[in-house]
Amino acid sequence: MSNAIQLLRFITAGSVDDGKSTLIGRLLHDSKSIFEDQLSAISKTSEKRGMVAVDLSLLTDGLQAEREQGITIDVAYRYFATPKRKFIIGDTPGHEQYTRNMVTAASTANLVVILVDARKGVLTQTRRHTYLASLVGVPHIVLAVNKMDMVEYSEDTFNAIVAEYRAFAAQLGIHDVTCIPISALNGDMVVEHGDNLSWYKGAPLLEFLENVVIDYDVNIADFRYPVQWVCRPQTNEYHDFRGYMGRIESGEIAVGDEITVLPSGRTSKVKEIVTYDGNLQRAYAPQSVTLTLEDEIDISRGDMFVKSSANPPIVEKEFEAMLCWLAEAPLDRNRKYIVKHTTRTAKCLFSRLGYRVDVNTLAHHETDKLGMNDIARVAIKVQQPLALDHYCKNRSTGSFIVIDEATNNTVAAGMIA
Amino acid sequence: MTVHTFTHLDALESESIHIMREVAAECKNPALLFSGGKDSIVMLRLAEKAFRPAKFPFPLVHIDTEHNFPEVIACRDKLAADLGERLIVRSLEDSIKRGSIVIKDLDKPRNPYQSVTLLETIAEFGFDACMGGARRDEEKARAKERIFSFRDEFGQWDPKNQRPELWDTYNTRVHNGENIRVFPISNWTEMDIWEYIGREKLHIPEIYYAHEREVIRRGGSVIPVSRLVQPKPGETVEVVSVRFRTVGDMTCTAPVESVARNVREIIEETATTRITERGATRMDDQTSEASMELRKKEGYF
Repeated sequence: MSNAIQLLRFITAGSVDDGKSTLIGRLLHDSKSIFEDQLSAISKTSEKRGMVAVDLSLLTDGLQAEREQGITIDVAYRYFATPKRKFIIGDTPGHEQYTRNMVTAASTANLVVILVDARKGVLTQTRRHTYLASLVGVPHIVLAVNKMDMVEYSEDTFNAIVAEYRAFAAQLGIHDVTCIPISALNGDMVVEHGDNLSWYKGAPLLEFLENVVIDYDVNIADFRYPVQWVCRPQTNEYHDFRGYMGRIESGEIAVGDEITVLPSGRTSKVKEIVTYDGNLQRAYAPQSVTLTLEDEIDISRGDMFVKSSANPPIVEKEFEAMLCWLAEAPLDRNRKYIVKHTTRTAKCLFSRLGYRVDVNTLAHHETDKLGMNDIARVAIKVQQPLALDHYCKNRSTGSFIVIDEATNNTVAAGMIA
Repeated sequence: MTVHTFTHLDALESESIHIMREVAAECKNPALLFSGGKDSIVMLRLAEKAFRPAKFPFPLVHIDTEHNFPEVIACRDKLAADLGERLIVRSLEDSIKRGSIVIKDLDKPRNPYQSVTLLETIAEFGFDACMGGARRDEEKARAKERIFSFRDEFGQWDPKNQRPELWDTYNTRVHNGENIRVFPISNWTEMDIWEYIGREKLHIPEIYYAHEREVIRRGGSVIPVSRLVQPKPGETVEVVSVRFRTVGDMTCTAPVESVARNVREIIEETATTRITERGATRMDDQTSEASMELRKKEGYF
């Protein structure tokens, strides 16, 4: 399977001034993912706004409201492909809603490209982006030092920024950072190496994105299978068929493996792994399959299958988590909310607020309030037990969303820690 | 413990199956919008993968403009019958008769009016979720829409007030009278669709493949001659080898000149084309920079 084309999801973090939109435009343009009708549309707009060259950043502008105000208001997804990989870019704006939007886009990303302006170096917002990337557990971080053309492509400037950044990242426990000097405007080190940064011996950004190893981004050790839907065809042919449909969130499973159903703790063995394309002997994350079991036990949506042998999740009604509040209305501790964790939904209460994290300084503050874009450590009580893993071990079974029953809005994102 | 390499099509397929199962499990009365076009045919295969050996836990619904290509309607009916699934068809003509749609020129493009009949159908059956085959790579407004897109009582989409969508944990909750549109193939591109049609050997309407067709040239577009589009004085009818990249309203869906007669040749053409799918084929999307955004705000899917 060595020449299989994989899918890489990444996001870019940085403000408009860092050249984020220009970088995305450059990646799309130089990888020949921009079509003539799109190019002609933005050429016309550039001309209308009195610009001399085509403004590639216009490619990522979406809605009328944004075009009028010249801003980006939400997460937009872009798609491009090279012969080696397919890419999904989660494009997030860089203004005040930043925490909420970045956490949203980063939650599904394999990689984040953090942009800094070579003239300004590591700023408060760079630290904020890095903290959020580590909080949401994005597996790979690239520091793209942009606007190298404005600092005469200076190696010393680049090295100084990289040293400062690595020291900061190490405080957060991040050691796997790739630093690349680029000029998104001129295209140096984005797709092509270019002639201006010959002192840099690493790969251009796109080549790195094409080759970074993402096979280990999912947890391949611990089998976790939340039941989504119980399939009972009740036809003559499948009279007694009872299949448990779901997606393998992590690990792998084989016919004959012993599984435990959580939270009940009952055990059985996998009889068949059924798919539309025929039965399998073995299946692995993130495949969507249907499992049948040797024994008839009471199982419904929201239950989770795990392998009986090792490393079980904890099954608890009370736990602690890092919470990112996403809604305009602040957290009301007198109210009950709803938690959705994998396929299980339960009422919850926030029993205690620990500290709030200042995303700019990383300092912890005592708090009894939680408003939009705040991040805090909280204790949660749920009505039914949940099968939980630490988020750092498992992004699927370690995460949950909080829903406000009155508005049905998604008001918070939680990570078990 | 082994490392398995999952291809992009495997990843997209599994994501779509997961989404469809969430809809089936959490929504009270869902439907799958099915037009007989290539994207919705891919959706049907994904639904088979998600729910077989059982029947689909939802009906198929088509909002028929009565401006569709006959080949597409024939394919729609055949696929639904072959699968043994329930197909509900509601026509714009019914809304016109009821007076809820008032059209001056019955031969003009009807896409703007589809929303009316769709909302009436949603009300008639009480659907709380409609799955559609829209993709984010199709259009700028789509690129900003969530997979689970919440709509108010009027079916309206508010782009500035969307629910944040984190991980693969989808919020499917709605109040009575509201509904959500769900787009299980949001993350697929035109190329992914063709590769999947090839991989799964899906039967699609013949007009997607190159064929000789009578066309007229109007303002840079190639327009198929049909019962609704006849040459005006001074226009000449040519016979050209064409294929359709999208199939919609006959009065505003233009084919592209092509000799690609099978999926492999279409994939080669798609890889080298320099025009977007909608840019090449949908005259109604080009009316203004924001036409899709405006239609979606009015309840279009």
